[in-house]
Amino acid sequence: MKGVKPRIPSGCSIVGIFNRKAKRFSGSEVLRSIRTMHDRANGLGGGFAGYGIYSEYRDHYAFHLLYEDKASQLETESFLEENFLIDRSEPIPTRPHPNVTDPPILWRYFVRLKPHHKERLQMENGTCEPAIHSGQGDERDFVVQQVMYINRYIGGAFVASSGKNMGVFKGVGFPEDIGEFFRIDEYKGYMWTAHGRFPTNTPGWWGGAHPFTILDWSVVHNGEISSYGINKRYLEMFGYHCTLQTDTEVIAYLFDLLHRRHGLPLEVTCMALAAPFWKDIDRNQDGKAELARGLRQVYGSALLNGPFSILVGYNGGMIGLTDRIKLRPLVCAEKEDFLYLASEESAIREICPAPDRVWALKAGEPILVQLDEGVQP
Amino acid sequence: MRTCIPPEFIVKIDHLRCRRCRRCIMNCGFGTLSFQDRVVADNHKCVACHRCVTFCPEGAITVESNPLSFKANEHWTPAVIKAIYKQAETGGMLFTGMGNDRKYISYFDQLALDACQVTNPSIDPLREPMELRTYLGRKPNSLQVEVKDGNYVLATEMGPQIKLETPIIFAGMSFGSISLNAHKALARAASICGTLMNTGEGGLHRELYPYSSNIIVQVASGRFGVSQEYLDRAAAVEIKIGQGAKPGIGGHLPGEKINQEVSQTRMIPEGTDAISPAPHHDIYSIEDLSQLIYALKEATRYQKPVGVKIAAVHNVAAIASGIARAGADFIYIDGMRGGTGATPTVIRDNIGIPIEMAIAAVDDRLRQEGIRNWVTIIAAGGIRSSGDVAKAIALGADVVAIGTAALVAMGCRLCQKCYTGNCSWGIATQRPELVRRLEPEEATERLVNLVRGWSLELKEILGALGVNAIESLRGSRERLRGIGLNKTELEILGVKPAGR
Repeated sequence: MKGVKPRIPSGCSIVGIFNRKAKRFSGSEVLRSIRTMHDRANGLGGGFAGYGIYSEYRDHYAFHLLYEDKASQLETESFLEENFLIDRSEPIPTRPHPNVTDPPILWRYFVRLKPHHKERLQMENGTCEPAIHSGQGDERDFVVQQVMYINRYIGGAFVASSGKNMGVFKGVGFPEDIGEFFRIDEYKGYMWTAHGRFPTNTPGWWGGAHPFTILDWSVVHNGEISSYGINKRYLEMFGYHCTLQTDTEVIAYLFDLLHRRHGLPLEVTCMALAAPFWKDIDRNQDGKAELARGLRQVYGSALLNGPFSILVGYNGGMIGLTDRIKLRPLVCAEKEDFLYLASEESAIREICPAPDRVWALKAGEPILVQLDEGVQP
Repeated sequence: MRTCIPPEFIVKIDHLRCRRCRRCIMNCGFGTLSFQDRVVADNHKCVACHRCVTFCPEGAITVESNPLSFKANEHWTPAVIKAIYKQAETGGMLFTGMGNDRKYISYFDQLALDACQVTNPSIDPLREPMELRTYLGRKPNSLQVEVKDGNYVLATEMGPQIKLETPIIFAGMSFGSISLNAHKALARAASICGTLMNTGEGGLHRELYPYSSNIIVQVASGRFGVSQEYLDRAAAVEIKIGQGAKPGIGGHLPGEKINQEVSQTRMIPEGTDAISPAPHHDIYSIEDLSQLIYALKEATRYQKPVGVKIAAVHNVAAIASGIARAGADFIYIDGMRGGTGATPTVIRDNIGIPIEMAIAAVDDRLRQEGIRNWVTIIAAGGIRSSGDVAKAIALGADVVAIGTAALVAMGCRLCQKCYTGNCSWGIATQRPELVRRLEPEEATERLVNLVRGWSLELKEILGALGVNAIESLRGSRERLRGIGLNKTELEILGVKPAGR
C-alpha cells in the first residue's frame, strides 16, 4: 500500500463547507456538492474530512488507520498501546458499495497521552530550547512523531488522520461512492471538506487519496506542487518525513511547522506559502513589505510553487488559498452562517441555490474563516 | 640547454593574402611574429590566443595544432611526454593558468532537468513574472511576528542581506593577476546587473570605489590591500582560505607584474614578489577562523556579510559545517575545475573534488544539522552555461560564481598562459600597451550581455519547470535526473536515475 508507489501528480475537485456558529450538519451536504463535480475526478480517489464529528471524544486524538493486512494492524496496535492510552478502538463503519472494491482494514482509535509522557514533555518544555530537528515540549509534537513513525516504519499501515474531534474518510473510488461507503451522511460536523481525485499516471491507492493530514490539519488540494522537491527536503530538517509520495502532504506539514511550531499567525503563514511577488513587495517600504521580504528570505524553501487551490481545515477554522498566479480555480460563497468554497460554483449552488454573495479568490490571497468568538464546537 | 620540445602550434601565414601591414606582429603579446621581408612565426612561442588571427584584416593567418605525431600510446600521451621534456630541461615545477583541463567526468553533463507537461502547467516567462532575486546572507531558522497598529510586522532582526537580481556573481580575480581595465569592467557590469564582483586578494583600486555596493572584498593569507577603508568600500567581506585551482597552497604574483598601480593597491613595494602564504599565519584551526570572522564583523559593525571561500576537497562537508558554526554568513566553494592566474600544474590537475559533488555533500550536511539557513552557499569552479547554473542551484547552491566564463566573455581564449603576464587580450597582464586593448566600456557590455543572456535562459528553465521563483528550484533535486551515473554517484548527488 505504501513505500513502493511513485509520486502521483493530480488534477481534482475540492469543496469545503463551514458554519461559523459551529452548527453541526450532516455529511450528506458535502456529498451532494462534490457529486456535481464528478467529471473532475476519474474514480481513483475520493475523501472527506469532518470536524466536530466526535464531540463525545473531543479531547482524544482520533486516529484513523488504514491497514493492508492483519499483521500491520497488530504491529501498529502494540505500538499505539505502548505510547498512548487507547480509550476506544473500533472498525470504521462502512456499508458495502458496488463501486468500492478491495478496501483495506479501516480502524479508528480514540487515544490520550499517558501521564508519564505528559510529565516528561512538560519537563522538556521548561528546560530545553526547542530542537530544530524534532519539536519538543509540546504534546502535539509527540503525536506528530508517532504518526511519522507509523507511516515510515510500519509496513502496510498508514495514518489517515490523527486530530482531535475530526476524522478523515478516504479511499479509491469516486468521492460520492467513497462517501456512501463510509456512511458520512450519518456524521454531523460544523465543517466538511471533500476531494475528488484525478491522478494522471498511476492507479490510486487508499493512502494516496486526499485529505492529507497531520494532527487536526487536513488539506484537500487541486493541482500539483512543482516545488515539492525542495519543500520535502526543507521539512526533513524539522523532522517531518514525506512518506506518502504525494505532493499534497507537504502542505499539511508546512502549516504545522510554520503556524504551530514557529508561531507565525495563519495570515502570515499563507503569505510565506503563497508569497507576494518582489515587484509588489518593492512597491511599498512599510512594515508589511519588510515582513514579506523577511518571509521570502527565510522561508523561500517553504514557498509552494506550481498550480494549486487548497482548502486547509483545522479545529475551529478553514483556509482557502490559491497559488500566486492562480492556476487552479476556487470560488467562495456566503449564506448566513455558512461559508462555501469549491472548485466550481455549480458545486455550491447545488446545496445553496441562492447564496448571499459569490466571489472568486484573488491569486495568492487567502480566505480565512473561523468560528465566531465564544462559539465552541 | 637546447630545447627538444616540439612547438604546440603551427602558425600558417597565407603570404598571397598578407599585405604586410604588420598588425599581427603588434598584436601578439608573446613575440611569436616578426618581420623579415615578410611575416615570420616562431612557432615555439605561439600559445593559440588567436589575437593575430582575429585582428588580421585579410584573414591570412591560421593557427593549427602541431600535427607532429608521437607513436600512439594511451598511457604516455604527448602532453605527458612534453611535460617530462620540460622538467628535464629546467628542473622546475610546471606552471599553468586557468582551470583543470583534464578529462574528468563533468557531472553537470550527466544531469538532466525536468519540465512540466499537462498536470502542472509550464509558465511563460514572457507573460508572467519570473523571479531570480536571491539574498546573500545569514538567515535565522524561523521568524517572529508581532502586531503593531493592527498589522503584523517583523519582530526578528535580520542580519545583513545583499540583494542579487540574479543568482550569478563574478568570481574573485585579483587586480595584479588581471588588469585594471578588466577589474573596472567586472565592477561596472556587477553594478548594472545588480549583482557582485569580487576583488580577489589583490586589494581594491580607487577607481572601483564608486561600485562599492557591488563588491565583495577578499581577505587572503597575504592580506594585500586590507585596511579599514578597504572594508568600508565593500558590500561583503570574504576570507579566502582556498581556491579550486590550487587547494592548500599559496600564491605568487611575480615582481614583474607589480607596477605602481598594483603596488599601491596591494600596499607592497613596487617590483617585489607578492607572496600569499599557504595558510593564513593567524589561522591554524577553526576557532582561529571564527576569531577572524568576528574581527571582520566588528570592523564592519555587523553591517556586512562576512564569508569564507574554500576549495572543494574530500571532507568539504565537515569543513563547511564548521565554517557555518564559526559565524560565516556565506560559504564560497570552489570546485576542482576552478580557475586561477597561476598554479603548479600538478596541483591544479590532481587535487580537489568536482563542484557538483561538493554542493550536494555540503547542502546535505548542513540540512542534516539543521543549519542550512545560516549560510548562503556560493558554488564555483567550471560553470559554463545557464544550464550548469540551474543544475548547481537544483543541487543546493544559492548563488553561482563565474570567473572563467566572465573572462571568456571579455575575450579570453583559454590559452592558459595568464601567469606569463603577456595576455594579448589585455586581461591577464599589466603591460600597459596590452592593458589598453581591453576597452572597459565594451568589456562591460559583453559581461552584462552574458549575465543577461544566462538570466533569461534561467527564467525559461524555471518556466519549463512550472515554478516562478528561483527558490523553488534551489535544492530541489527532485527536478534532476542522472544519466549514466552509478548508484553511489546518484546517492551522493541525491538524484534519481533518468526513467525513475
